[in-house]
Amino acid sequence: MRYLPKSDSERRAMLDACGVASPEDLFAHLPEAVRLHRPLDLPPGISEYEIVDYFRRRAAENADGYASFLGAGVYRHYRPVLVDTVVSRGEFLTSYTPYQAEISQGTLTTIFEFQTMICQLTGMDVANASMYDGSTAVPEAAMMAARITGRHRALAARTVHPEYREVLRTYAKNQGMPVEEFGYARESGAVDLEDLERKIDDQTAAVIVQSPNFFGIIEDVKAAAEIAHRRGALLVMVFTEAVSLGILEPPAADIVAGELQSFAISPSYGGPYAGIIATRDPFVRQMPGRLVGQTVDTHGNRAFCLTLSTREQHIRREKATSNICTNQALIALMATVFMTVYGKEGLRELALQNLAKAHYLAENLKPAFSGKFFNEFVVRAGAPETVNKALLKRKIIGGLPLGRFYPELADAMLVCATEMSRRADMDELSQVLQSRAAAEVLA
Amino acid sequence: MIQKVRSHQSQNEALLFERSSPGKRAWQLPELDVPAVDAAGALGAANVRAEIEGFPEVSEVEAIRHFTRLSTWNYAIDYGMYPLGSCTMKYNPRINELVARIEGLAWAHPYQPEALAQGAMEVMVRLEAALAEITGMDAVTLQPAAGAQGELTGILLIRALLEKGGNPRQRILIPDSAHGTNPATAAIAGYTVENVKSTAAGVLDLEALARAVTKDVAALMVTNPNTLGVFEENITQAAEILHAKGAMLYMDGANMNALVGIARPGDFGVDVMHLNLHKTFSTPHGGGGPGAGPVAVKKALEPFLPVPRLKRVRGKWAYDFNRKRSIGRVRAFYGNFGVLVRALAYILAHGGPGLRNATVDAVLNAVYIRKRLEAHFDLPYPAPNMHEVVFSDERQAKSGIRTGDLAKRLIDYGFHPYTVSFPLIVHGALMIEPTETESKLEIDQFVAAMISIANEVETDPEMVKQAPHSTRTSRVDEVLAARKPVLRWKPA
Repeated sequence: MRYLPKSDSERRAMLDACGVASPEDLFAHLPEAVRLHRPLDLPPGISEYEIVDYFRRRAAENADGYASFLGAGVYRHYRPVLVDTVVSRGEFLTSYTPYQAEISQGTLTTIFEFQTMICQLTGMDVANASMYDGSTAVPEAAMMAARITGRHRALAARTVHPEYREVLRTYAKNQGMPVEEFGYARESGAVDLEDLERKIDDQTAAVIVQSPNFFGIIEDVKAAAEIAHRRGALLVMVFTEAVSLGILEPPAADIVAGELQSFAISPSYGGPYAGIIATRDPFVRQMPGRLVGQTVDTHGNRAFCLTLSTREQHIRREKATSNICTNQALIALMATVFMTVYGKEGLRELALQNLAKAHYLAENLKPAFSGKFFNEFVVRAGAPETVNKALLKRKIIGGLPLGRFYPELADAMLVCATEMSRRADMDELSQVLQSRAAAEVLA
Repeated sequence: MIQKVRSHQSQNEALLFERSSPGKRAWQLPELDVPAVDAAGALGAANVRAEIEGFPEVSEVEAIRHFTRLSTWNYAIDYGMYPLGSCTMKYNPRINELVARIEGLAWAHPYQPEALAQGAMEVMVRLEAALAEITGMDAVTLQPAAGAQGELTGILLIRALLEKGGNPRQRILIPDSAHGTNPATAAIAGYTVENVKSTAAGVLDLEALARAVTKDVAALMVTNPNTLGVFEENITQAAEILHAKGAMLYMDGANMNALVGIARPGDFGVDVMHLNLHKTFSTPHGGGGPGAGPVAVKKALEPFLPVPRLKRVRGKWAYDFNRKRSIGRVRAFYGNFGVLVRALAYILAHGGPGLRNATVDAVLNAVYIRKRLEAHFDLPYPAPNMHEVVFSDERQAKSGIRTGDLAKRLIDYGFHPYTVSFPLIVHGALMIEPTETESKLEIDQFVAAMISIANEVETDPEMVKQAPHSTRTSRVDEVLAARKPVLRWKPA
């Protein structure tokens, strides 16, 4: 087999050196009852060419070659060529977690740069080396807020990504952390601050708000933070569309829990992505996940290493801030290269293009909410599934029907435009959506 | 004698922020084909940020040189052996990278209609089936993002099943040889942790276990083979003790590379387990992730698996979100799909017989290393080992040299260190896992390096203590890093 580098005679020599007669004897100490006495019921191995062929066929069964207006936490942004060039280098791709600092300075330096850029982007003092994704960063942020405040309730806006809230509930359930939700204003699509005022109490550890929210609306995070702070709670700001931070004022938050998929990470049917947690200096020791810090070597040269690991599971075991071990280092490196390529000016220009595309689309489609939005918004579509079927005939994947997550919005869909959305496709989407005779188009 | 390496120059490189200057660019966007929008008007002036202070501005040439230069400061599997015990650092086949980037897979959106995601769903179904066959379990969820999240999922499944029976119970038992994620996971799942001592031979102590298992115990979390690389020969009896008291057996699958095709956890009493696709199934570690941590269960736990589940409806794959007893979601969408693609490519490449051959080679390599080194290093647990072997630094400690020093000296010989000071039950542990990836030549050079270092400890301990000597960065001051944390760059 091409992945196994030994010849039969080398194997024989090694077995002899071990004083073992046959490969089977290596397992002679296993109790007979636990042994598998038949071959695995899996087909024999196949060649490279056959593997490529298999996956090309599977890919062809997916929506290859369609224009898409799906966003909802996963965005289609151009991936600069440099990104895969860098992450395909074996030195990054095939290295381990950088515990051995002397031979891991490449990874450590890029993570230090990553942490710095996330701070610059979010306006926070400190950012970790990554979390699994945005959805798991949210419960980690809520648990962190609970440790800091000594309180146990989490209060999440209904405009936070519905799947993120599901993950929050799964984690919180056995932490003695009740999760409650507060609503949104039907007119604006932004959080209902009065509902927040009503539901917050002196046991609330975290108020969780997403901006731009799941409907694409920019939230008044500052106002929510003031309410949270008045009651001694922390404000957790969630983002799913990192490109928005190229133009939007950084959040007035205590903890930021975000998803970096927009930064050159392929949609890849839902993962792997990279989440982050960023916060203010005083809270750093309650932060989950790996951190890289600057130090010196014995010659006084600048060097980097993993640090503050007394927060982590391999040291603190059951008293750790989180059970997270593996993170998303290579994916975070994709985001690092992306941020480097676009830089200060480019990220702003990219955000402005997204803004322009989405607002062009919105001109022809009346958004259902009055709130300011970045690159996605909700439209009323009558029967969204029917409209989407009509669009599919034109090789367009329409917006996300919202009824699954918001029964009150069963007649609405969430549409997204990015710098990759072509004007002609947007015009076609508008045309079909505007047509009252969507059903006829289908026929 | 250092055989494998000699030193070569490496480039110095400043941080991005230090080589940045206004107006440099590595990007170009297409001309906007729609009217530009005034940001203050569209977003509200108060919502529009000033420039991102400190963000880099570099050219494309500088960007590629920056990351290439930094990359050369790393060790990697592509350079050579990575004998990290419990980490299973095996070759990452490049075909896996290629297929994960095929456009119809890499650009698939998790919300695209099911009818246009059949290929992605088929990949997941096929991987689920293969993992169920390999583990001997009844059902598999691919949702967990990594091993630790797989553990959490598994323990939440146990809790859900016990809760349905009326009592989720209070405690999880964990052997003293366990990975740190096990107790951390049990705590997050709302359980208290009780450590169970191993026997003098380093395996589960059945008598201690029988005493510890009460009606209050939800499960035992066990790694098999354990972190000494020793197969838990009493695993079936341990399962019986647990099951008799209504408790469950959780297996940490970190060491599954010793068992594939040889023995199946489902056949020796395990109720639920996770796998690390970035260990046993060859997906790249990438400097710390991403991974994937599928969880395999017996039938009784299947109703509780995270939503959604895949099901067959009129000849097509569909998602079933409506599962009342599910523990809910552990992450958004369906899992680290790109990692799943790579793992399936690995399984397809090996096939059933090939996977077993890989296991045999992995165990042969570890047994061979043990044989070659046991005259030179203390072997605290003499039981037969499988895919890894654990020595202690007892002999070298007499000269004041600890496992961490030996590990750093190994770097000068051109190898990544083994796992240092783990498992905790071995004082001064040297935990060595070669995997099947290493050739006889590479292993012989590793063995020679270890023996040479053992000799250096006798002749020149001070030199060993100062190692590594040949790296561009010498030993780093980790104490300083923790005492005065500098966690981001700031202008001087």
